[in-house]
Amino acid sequence: MTSRFESVFLYVVARAMVPLIQVFAFYVITHGHYSPGGGFQGGVMLAASIILLRVSMGDESYDRFPREAGIVIAGFGALAFALLGFMSMLFGGNFLEYALAVPGMSADELRYWGIFFAEVFIGFLVWGALVAIYDALETGGVE
Amino acid sequence: MIYQLDFWLMVILVLFAILALEVRDLLAAVGVLTGFSFLMALLFAKLGAPDVALTEAALGAGLTGVFLLLALVFVGRESED
Repeated sequence: MTSRFESVFLYVVARAMVPLIQVFAFYVITHGHYSPGGGFQGGVMLAASIILLRVSMGDESYDRFPREAGIVIAGFGALAFALLGFMSMLFGGNFLEYALAVPGMSADELRYWGIFFAEVFIGFLVWGALVAIYDALETGGVE
Repeated sequence: MIYQLDFWLMVILVLFAILALEVRDLLAAVGVLTGFSFLMALLFAKLGAPDVALTEAALGAGLTGVFLLLALVFVGRESED
């Protein structure tokens, strides 16, 4: 699984599919709070696009998406989600009680943006974690 | 509701499940399992749960197949039992 499989068709189709999958994943994530889909499904699609790059390009894909990036993105998503949840606790609310997070904005507006950013951070978490799982499986757990 | 479509989807679903368990070649088993997940996604969408259908299509029919194929690289293609 280290070198590129020499097939022009596989390479061209993968190169064409990856941006389309990513655009659809962004659509699913950013519309997740009022339509089917959400952070988890969009994150899985983002991870699928990166894994398609890994499968079709082999080691060359490390230039586009380095091995360390997966776990870094997952950590960023988890940390940002936790901070978003704890933010309302500073103002006396419960964990993830968006209505209290920022004084000065109306409660329904705060809930809208709170759920939106929660979806985005969950998307980052799932994306990074699944790519990291793939990278760990690919090397058989070494390194 | 299209009852015929429901019926045949269920029948093919059960057939795929049995086939995935019975087939000797593990590569073919992974393929059949992916098809099973895709049929599950169709059924979920038809039952009015697009959220679950999206998850099943992305995770079951997409990533699980890739992970199982990656496991086959280390395990080998032949079934032992």
